Amino acid sequence: MSTESALTSEDFYVRETHHDDDGEHHHETGTMLGFWIYLMSDCLIFGTLFATYAVLGRNYAAGPSPADLFELDLILISTFLLLFSSITYGFSVLRMDMGDLKGTQIWLIITGLFGAGFLYMEVLEFSHLWHLGATPMASAFLSSFYTLVGTHGLHVLSGCIWLIVLLAQLQIHGLTHENKRRVMCLSMFWHFLDLIWIGVFSFVYLAGVLV
Amino acid sequence: MTASAHSNHEDGHHGEGHGSFKSYMIGFVLSVVLTVIPFYLVMGDILGNAIWTVAIVFALGATQMIVHIYYFLHVTSQAEEGWLAMSIGFTVLLVVIVMTGSIWVMFNLQENMMPGHEQIEQIRSLP
Repeated sequence: MSTESALTSEDFYVRETHHDDDGEHHHETGTMLGFWIYLMSDCLIFGTLFATYAVLGRNYAAGPSPADLFELDLILISTFLLLFSSITYGFSVLRMDMGDLKGTQIWLIITGLFGAGFLYMEVLEFSHLWHLGATPMASAFLSSFYTLVGTHGLHVLSGCIWLIVLLAQLQIHGLTHENKRRVMCLSMFWHFLDLIWIGVFSFVYLAGVLV
Repeated sequence: MTASAHSNHEDGHHGEGHGSFKSYMIGFVLSVVLTVIPFYLVMGDILGNAIWTVAIVFALGATQMIVHIYYFLHVTSQAEEGWLAMSIGFTVLLVVIVMTGSIWVMFNLQENMMPGHEQIEQIRSLP
């Protein structure tokens, strides 16, 4: 009789821990979902900036037009830098799933270098435009252009800063539960920025040069 | 061992998937193709027709966004019990309303507020 009761209590205990695990799991997904909601609100910011560009992008005020300014071969290079950084981040996540701290860090560093390369290209482009007199003050087209592309660039910059902080955290604490969660959050952020860039190069650069 | 169990788990359609090497590579190759084609069309002026080229560039851009969402962000209809797909659907709806609404309203405003040449002449010839 007593053994039977012990067994049931054991059973109960096991079920309890399982339940606890489940609760932990839900807590975890809560963070990812919350971060996703943040990304969606960011998406709305970019949506309004795209709408602003769509409305103002043809008002040159007798200034330069996209066809005069944009150099598509350089934009193609930036696009590929960002695309490569996306796939290297993916490799980092795969290494993390294998529990390989060193590999995770190395792929994250490569990702950061691609991100920095993208930022370098953007700074180069902006300073070149500025030199030509194509400042944000020149026309409504250029105001909306700098706002949209600059906001994306600032996001990439904050992503790079986050990446450096994350590398430090990985170095100090290793692949803990919290760090894995952080890596996954930055992963979403990073891929999301690449997604926005698709809109930028299609809508601003390629379509801008054409029409 | 846990890693292999994990990736098995991932290969399915369950929630917090981190993807596999294969899925990342498929996404990457598709993205490269979908990036190169529009740049090629525009830089080489292949079609010679701006309207068609823009239409194709937008269509390929939208396709690449879907590729990114599926292969890199791992959003499926089952992820997070459907909440990811739900929120992205809602966001896309809002963005579409804001975009089309702005373009529509501002286009009409510009059309109707800018006096045409004839109107200016009419006003000039008023006594």
